[in-house]
Amino acid sequence: MFDQILQFLITGLTTGAIYALVALGFTIIYNASDVVNFAQGEFVMMGAMSTVFLAAGDNGLPTPLAATLSVVLVICVGIFLQRFAIAPARGASVVTTIIITIGASIFLRGLALVVWGKDIHGMTPFSGETPIHIGQATLLPQNIWVMGGTAVMVLAVHYFFHYTMQGKAILACSYNRDAASLMGINVGLMMMVAYGLSALLGAMAGILVAPISFTSYDAGVMLGLKGFSAAILGGMGNPMGAVVGGLLLGLIESLSAGLISSGYKDAIGFIILLLVLFIRPSGLMGKRSSDRV
Amino acid sequence: MRINKKSVTAIAAAVGISVASSLATAANTIKIGTFLAVTGPASFLGDPELKTLQMYIDSINADGGIDGRKVELFHYDTGGKAKEAVKFAKRLIKKDRVDVIVGGSTSGSTMSVIPLAEKNHIPFISLAGSVKIIDPVKKWVFKTPHTDRMAAAKIFEDMKKRGISKVALISGNGGFGKSGRGQSLALAPNYGISVVADESYGKKDTDMTTQLTKIRNSNAEAILNFGFGSGPAIVTKNIRQLGIKLPLYQSHGVASKKYIELAGSAAEGVRLPAAALLVASSLSNSDPQKQVLLDYKNRFEAKHGSVSTFGGHAYDGLLMALQAIDRANSTDKKKVRAEIEKTANFIGTGGVFNMSPSNHLGLGLDAFKMLEIKNGNWTIVK
Repeated sequence: MFDQILQFLITGLTTGAIYALVALGFTIIYNASDVVNFAQGEFVMMGAMSTVFLAAGDNGLPTPLAATLSVVLVICVGIFLQRFAIAPARGASVVTTIIITIGASIFLRGLALVVWGKDIHGMTPFSGETPIHIGQATLLPQNIWVMGGTAVMVLAVHYFFHYTMQGKAILACSYNRDAASLMGINVGLMMMVAYGLSALLGAMAGILVAPISFTSYDAGVMLGLKGFSAAILGGMGNPMGAVVGGLLLGLIESLSAGLISSGYKDAIGFIILLLVLFIRPSGLMGKRSSDRV
Repeated sequence: MRINKKSVTAIAAAVGISVASSLATAANTIKIGTFLAVTGPASFLGDPELKTLQMYIDSINADGGIDGRKVELFHYDTGGKAKEAVKFAKRLIKKDRVDVIVGGSTSGSTMSVIPLAEKNHIPFISLAGSVKIIDPVKKWVFKTPHTDRMAAAKIFEDMKKRGISKVALISGNGGFGKSGRGQSLALAPNYGISVVADESYGKKDTDMTTQLTKIRNSNAEAILNFGFGSGPAIVTKNIRQLGIKLPLYQSHGVASKKYIELAGSAAEGVRLPAAALLVASSLSNSDPQKQVLLDYKNRFEAKHGSVSTFGGHAYDGLLMALQAIDRANSTDKKKVRAEIEKTANFIGTGGVFNMSPSNHLGLGLDAFKMLEIKNGNWTIVK
């Protein structure tokens, strides 16, 4: 029984780590502009798909180079999205902006379909496929890559927002756009940085998980949805909340599939999400918001 | 552009002539209607199906058509949506006035069009998988693809031969996986097989080790996975990762080279039932299907790249319909329907069809070959 539970935990943490990275991407853009960017899942898909295609064939690039180029490409897509779709709608309500991001996600998915086709693609694992045994439980080297990669990224984001001028400037924009602007912060530039950073996290998530789960033009839909749930669960706007929410969601899914029923695991995940929102509407680690009257 | 009276008359005359001539040809052509999921999530079905229909209709016309009559294809893309399918089927029947419908990539769109075909008395050959399309038998509805019930039966037959009596089931939660799961649960007792574990996964899930860990701790002697897309490939890799040594059976849903490519070395030893098209060249020369399969495969691959069994279903449906029209010597719908029902010994890509009033599929279990993956390729299990 113990071995079983250990296996459930390993599986849950791996999936959870990916949800956490996607959730973190949601959080950064939300923090900077109060917008929920529904194209976050598409960043994940594009990171994985472009790596697959850059590394494909006999003249393909080595995987590390292909991955780096893909991340840069997706960052550009993120910045483009902000500059040419979000920024021109300045002054529009948050709901309008969210709808723009939904439109962007449909566009990016369609573009991926046209450019890369509708096949499912695999990616070579970074360091082999020999399972590592812990008692009866096993994990792949790629699971460690996923968990380690997420940990590094989370720490880097934490450092960026708390110890660098740029990071603090983005936070300032989220607290009060006008005041930040008056303090000499280039709000437009900061928004682009925030979208670029979100895109980076999304692309990394996609590249890390693709060797385990494969990828296709529509792979971002489900990951985007799960990442969004994780961000809500942890408390929208709190980066650490996103990480906790992601890991929790992964663990809940895996444990409920293992101990209760695999048919109901998604339902159980969403029921717990709803319960949390009933009891703490701002999520597990979110700040209680109070509206000024 | 200034238009004077003369040119108006000329245009009117030209339009009149072209309308007249199109009416004249329309009266003579054999009109095949189709609605397929050429785009959208089921496009892997509809895309090769449409290519097949167009390719064969072009070549039949180039050879002079059927009894000197040209064949004309009316096609609409449903995007995989049942609602669109109903709309387009109505248009095919009322506006285009087609003689026969060969189409319906998914079971959902087929089921929603069946009432229309029945009411308007149009022979309808479906290209979708579900057994519900022909069971119970509907007067005007036929189908060409194998059913999931046949796949389950074929698998259990093979398990029985190997002396397996306890099986763990893991299925995708999409329509295909669910239906396959239902058929497997219903059929297993007939073969003396008990299902000792029944797990499922979402079609976009990234990791199934949790479900498989539970299966490992059951006393199953084999694992059966019903699903398509990335799920079965992940299941296959996870099984090897967990070091599970049980034989793994997949359904015909993964019968494509893509599955072997995705699952890699983990796919070695996996068994699955599949249409003979996948192993056309390794069939024995006495196999009646061999020639038909190789012809279809070579023609499709020369034009469109790697062949799939789905396009083959369209080939079977189209040729069956045209042969029925040829035998009936007319496009009278009643006669055509009766002739389709009399189809006997029709050698298609899916198998040898023998329709009857009580069987509107006409394939036996031998239409499926049991395959095993060896060295990254299909081999036939003797």
